[in-house]
Amino acid sequence: MGFYFAQLLTGLANASSLFLIASGLSIIFGVTRIVNFAHGSFYMVGAYLAYTLVTHWSGSVLGFWVSVILAAMIVGVIGLIIELTILRRIYHAPELFQLVATFGVVLIFQDGTLAIWGAEDLLGPRAPGLDSAVRIMGEPIPEYDLALIAIGPVVLLAIWLLFHKTRWGVLVRAATQDREMVGALGVNQAWLFSAAFVLGSFLAGLGGALQIPREAVSLQMDLSIIGEAFVVVVIGGMGSVSGAFVAAVLISVLNAFAILIFPQISIVLPFVIMAIVLIFRPHGLFGKPGSEKGAPEEPDQPLALMDQKSAMVLMAALLVLALSPLFTADFTSVLMVDVMVATLFAVSLHFMMGVGGMVSFGHAAYFGVGAYGAAMAVKFLGLGMISAMLFGPVCAAIAALFFGWFCVRLSGVYLAMLTLAAAQILWGVTFQWQEFTGGDDGILGVWPAKWASSDKVYFYIAFVLCIGGIWALRRVAFSPFGYILRGIRDSQTRAESIGIDTRFHQWMGFVLAGGFAGLAGVVFAFSKGSVFPDSLGIALSIDGLIMVLLGGIHALAGPILGAGAFVLIEDWVTRLDYWRFIFGAIILIVVLVAPDGIAGGVQRLLRGLKGGRA
Amino acid sequence: MTNVLEVRNLSKSFGGVQAVKDVNFDLKEGEFLALIGPNGAGKTTCFNMLNGYLKPNTGSVSLRGQALIGHPPRKIWRMGVGRTFQITATFLSMTVVENVQMALISYHRRVFDLFSRATRMYVDEAMALLELVSMQDQAGRACSELAYGDLKRLELAIALAHEPALLLMDEPTAGMAPSERLALMALTAEIVAKGGVSVVFTEHDMDVVFAHAHRILVLNRGELIAEGTGSEIRTNPLVQEVYLGGGSVFEAESAHA
Repeated sequence: MGFYFAQLLTGLANASSLFLIASGLSIIFGVTRIVNFAHGSFYMVGAYLAYTLVTHWSGSVLGFWVSVILAAMIVGVIGLIIELTILRRIYHAPELFQLVATFGVVLIFQDGTLAIWGAEDLLGPRAPGLDSAVRIMGEPIPEYDLALIAIGPVVLLAIWLLFHKTRWGVLVRAATQDREMVGALGVNQAWLFSAAFVLGSFLAGLGGALQIPREAVSLQMDLSIIGEAFVVVVIGGMGSVSGAFVAAVLISVLNAFAILIFPQISIVLPFVIMAIVLIFRPHGLFGKPGSEKGAPEEPDQPLALMDQKSAMVLMAALLVLALSPLFTADFTSVLMVDVMVATLFAVSLHFMMGVGGMVSFGHAAYFGVGAYGAAMAVKFLGLGMISAMLFGPVCAAIAALFFGWFCVRLSGVYLAMLTLAAAQILWGVTFQWQEFTGGDDGILGVWPAKWASSDKVYFYIAFVLCIGGIWALRRVAFSPFGYILRGIRDSQTRAESIGIDTRFHQWMGFVLAGGFAGLAGVVFAFSKGSVFPDSLGIALSIDGLIMVLLGGIHALAGPILGAGAFVLIEDWVTRLDYWRFIFGAIILIVVLVAPDGIAGGVQRLLRGLKGGRA
Repeated sequence: MTNVLEVRNLSKSFGGVQAVKDVNFDLKEGEFLALIGPNGAGKTTCFNMLNGYLKPNTGSVSLRGQALIGHPPRKIWRMGVGRTFQITATFLSMTVVENVQMALISYHRRVFDLFSRATRMYVDEAMALLELVSMQDQAGRACSELAYGDLKRLELAIALAHEPALLLMDEPTAGMAPSERLALMALTAEIVAKGGVSVVFTEHDMDVVFAHAHRILVLNRGELIAEGTGSEIRTNPLVQEVYLGGGSVFEAESAHA
């Protein structure tokens, strides 16, 4: 009995820090509608700052708590700077932009932290005055855990008072419900947004700073917490602070008990809970319908078929690509395979987002399932290359069939979050299920058939599959299926009233996009000869989003340009020191300078030239 | 003349509020029927039960003998009911003609066709529909550039794409300039006169109602309180009571006209 109570207390202590970071995320989302990926970085920086300050003032009780608060305040200031310089410019951009921009911030922070504090994990001192354990029902409980358990509700109460008893808090709540109305009432939105962002960053920093006595400070803190924080925000309902509290407690406590029965489950459990909650309550436990909507978007221009000149340029480019193995070195062919794989992946993601209007934060799941499907077909079923290449995309399509059924029931950010959950569940299963998937070691020895084993021959196989896939998806985008899919994105009401089963249609669009992502995964697996859990990871999903964004979401050609640019830039930048910093900066520049991406920028340029001539 | 639509004992309550109470009416072939009433009278609720968005507590609706109740909106559309919206709903990222083509593609059950070029399908039929609403000159324009009145006409063309027996128009002239309102309803009346489709519409603008409706139904607090031609409704004391609490605005309006 005592043991279980201790487990409950551990769960509650975990819930407190999770709540702090998630409440900040939820406030920021509620007011600004920004899905802030950099929130994990604030948490991490809060922890590092607190480490430095606490070790400086080590020993005194007052010194510890002052350090913690000071660290959180510095993070608040950092948040303010980021809000003023970056986010303020992109409030009216689609949510994808904001996500990718904040991911650029994540990259910059990773290298910034590395430069300041180094790569070593840092173990902070225990909290003075709270450094021993008390016995409760015979079990030792760290005093600091008890302090944390108290801090959670205290912060919740403080936020509640702030939101209900101050004018500023009332405005924040009003903005969460309807920010246009708040603007119409003459409230200075810019100031309100900045203040909300500072508060959110402060809370994240506080959450990080309070972790010092419990765990070592490391460079992995940011991305390891952000997934769970998203889950908490979504379960609680976007913008609801008390929802975040309930969700944090729910997840942490369930987790504390679930690991007793099935230790491997901790990676997957939060996402499973989120998926279940979203199926029954599509806006989270305390969220309201309509609270997920981002800024209204400009409608797309009608699709136009390529004019003859562009088609000729494209044909010429394809011809150069097709002939490139004849006059370049092998490593160029290998790089070109990477480019083609990335392009097919980006095109399939764009099909889902740009054409289907379903933003996916977890598209890598289907890429990875395709890759693993092929690898396992080789390893367990003994299939040859060709049949494994067919088997992989079918697996990806089946996975998309399963997860898509749930995802298309939601829309907007919630849909995006559920796709993320699906990807994390699949990643967790792959990572943990050692005997079947090889876990972290992956599956090796997935080589092409003998006749296809030279880099040049494999280039042509990849060429046929990837370019064929891209062509097929483009063709579908212009087909009745693709047009109707775009129509559903434009107006669900209209689509329904011309007799379309909108959910079913979107579901099939999801499956198609997943299948082609799987095809990209298959080509990837055979070109590398191995697959690892990374191929389903968040990082790859975000890479896909960056590619689509780099190219421009509104143009069908966007993902092609974007993926090409991405792979080439990555290939060059990753050879440098602090490449994350550089890459993050590039992302931010693109988002701020060319928000319609390369394709959009080129189109604008051409239009400008034409207009100039006329 | 045969009845296109037969509505019997239609009732709907939300919690304790009886939004629609025992409504009965018929719609004859080729009829242009207005459903009017003050705000909150139950017009939209009635409409939403006809087109499948709401399920009534009791009652039946039959379209040329087929029962409509219990089918989802898209099935009801297939059975031959078209609709336009109070706030226009169109595919903004498409051109005008593509919007109509989408409806035709759906009507011809080609929505899962993955390889044809959507823009080349049913062009002639789509253009004929646009001609019907005098939008053929704007066929190639992006829908997002259209003026509101043109969007309304486009919606009409879309709603007629599957040759419906019944067209439901929910406040078709809301948000339009007065001259545009009459023009839109004159156009609708013309289409009705050509035959094939019957129309039920709700409307707040009495000029529009009296100018074009063949017959008028008046709803108040969920109940049908009057039914008749324009002049019958104008002089109906019950209707005057509901709208004015006893005054006589309709007389004034008809004097204007």
